[in-house]
Amino acid sequence: MSPTVNGATVVAGAAAPATTASAPPTRRRMSSTRWAALAFLAPLLAYLAIFYAYPLYRNVELSLHDYTPRAFVQGNAEFLGLANYADVVTSSTFGLALRNTALFTLVSIAAQYAIGLALAVFFHHHFRLSAVLRAMFLVPWLLPLIVSASTWSWMLNSENGIVNSVLEAFGIGQINWLTSPDSALWSVIVANIWLGIPFNLVILYAGLQNISGDLYEAAALDGANAWQRFWRVTFPLLRPVSAITLLLGLIYTLKVVDVIWIMTTGGPGNASITLAVWSYREAFGTGQPDFSPAAAVGNLLIVIALAAGFVYLYLQHRQERS
Amino acid sequence: MNTHRRSWWKTVLGLVLTAIMLFPVYWMLNVSLTRTGDMRADPPHWFPWAPTFEGYTDVFGDQLPALTTSILVGLGCVALTLLISAPAGFALAQLRPRGSGVLSFLLLVAQMIPSVVMAMGFYAIYVRLGWLNTVWGLIIADSTIAVPFGVLLFTAFMSGIPRELVQAAKVDGASTWRTFRSVVLPVSRNSVLTVSLFAFLWAWSDFIFASTLNRNGDQIPITLGIYAYIGNNTTQWNSIMATAVVASVPAAVLLVVAQRYVAGGVTAGAVKD
Repeated sequence: MSPTVNGATVVAGAAAPATTASAPPTRRRMSSTRWAALAFLAPLLAYLAIFYAYPLYRNVELSLHDYTPRAFVQGNAEFLGLANYADVVTSSTFGLALRNTALFTLVSIAAQYAIGLALAVFFHHHFRLSAVLRAMFLVPWLLPLIVSASTWSWMLNSENGIVNSVLEAFGIGQINWLTSPDSALWSVIVANIWLGIPFNLVILYAGLQNISGDLYEAAALDGANAWQRFWRVTFPLLRPVSAITLLLGLIYTLKVVDVIWIMTTGGPGNASITLAVWSYREAFGTGQPDFSPAAAVGNLLIVIALAAGFVYLYLQHRQERS
Repeated sequence: MNTHRRSWWKTVLGLVLTAIMLFPVYWMLNVSLTRTGDMRADPPHWFPWAPTFEGYTDVFGDQLPALTTSILVGLGCVALTLLISAPAGFALAQLRPRGSGVLSFLLLVAQMIPSVVMAMGFYAIYVRLGWLNTVWGLIIADSTIAVPFGVLLFTAFMSGIPRELVQAAKVDGASTWRTFRSVVLPVSRNSVLTVSLFAFLWAWSDFIFASTLNRNGDQIPITLGIYAYIGNNTTQWNSIMATAVVASVPAAVLLVVAQRYVAGGVTAGAVKD
């Protein structure tokens, strides 16, 4: 049992009577702790205000004005209210970007989770070299995204890529993975799934280790086979860990820009554009930066991410109460 | 005997799965050693039978400044992250001021904000301050990825430090600052390592902030070095992949040296031990 703050204070007072003579009364000591806490938190609070809140505020401001590169320097952008948001939502790109974002995010996290879980269960049966191989699985996750994304784009290259070369050996003709509107989005999804497997594997493996082996023995004694043991014991007990894995995957995948930008720049045309990529392209991807609509798209993305986060927190809260 | 045979079978399956998973990494190595003339061979060469180091000579000819910048940005990001998140974690875990629940929640929310949005905000601010294309500007922007993670990880770890230990230091007359520096920090060595490792790796790998806040500077990081290569000479994939291999070195080193901390950082907060 860990002692409470009060208990510890009492112990301190009893152990050092000589110093208590000059020690301030409890109330003032409490407030001195509060000052100390504030002092230790001050750098973080200042940091959050200057480097989080202020950029976000600037971003909202960008989205409500008409900022051109010149207005940026002179600071005389025209106030437009919500016109940028209206333009964005009614734009023909919006529906496509929304659909692609949903597809990219949901397919990615579902596949990452399923493959990650299968691998975690597989590695949970300890075998020779299992620890080494599990560590090797972390590599894709640790590589800089630009490294993985450019490797994938060369592998998927239409004329010289290894993927088409292998398919050709099986008599399948050239597929323009990254340059055809039908396959570009699916190609970046495959690369993104590959990137996310290690993260899912590590978390789910740690979750599996916390499930007591006795339960499996009991289930085995009751005659449950491996398949039943997975669905009746492992899967239900892994639910909290699964939920956090999926949430983190969702938040992370909604934000993805690098992978898509490096492999397809959201193209061809808008075929593989997502909200995050759209925002990046408008602001930084063309010779003509258009910050105001980009900021509007970015803010819509924040709203979606936060909504997803709150739904999760609400579900978790309800589950804890029941 | 049966179990032995079965686990042998699993090792083989494990090796096959790992080989499939790591194939892109192998391919990167293979292409980096392929001669420019063989790059468009059909079918592609599966093994670098006649390896060339042209690509790597290019890297060390062109990319040394970029590598130095990346190391500088990474180390700066580690320093800034630790400086802000370790004291804050201590305060939230051990001093528990009012409103710490709200603050932890805000940090959780902060992690949901897309980098592209932060990049636009930073761009708008830096353009006025003249901080675009500076190393410290990039360090600050990169640290926004690591600071919320750092605070939450330190809070989680430091909550586990027995209160008796902290109180004992107080009884001995240590100030809160001294308690933090001489008692709490040394005990938290592992979490300091984990946070440093991730702060470095994220800053090293960052592409979004580099490509928005630092794209026209003299001091570009290695990720932009690769990106510039891709844009300029699409025929020289051996140079691109050689740069990619060099850019992957920190990740490989950290995986070998500090795998324990990597796994610890990934699962922190997600799984209760």
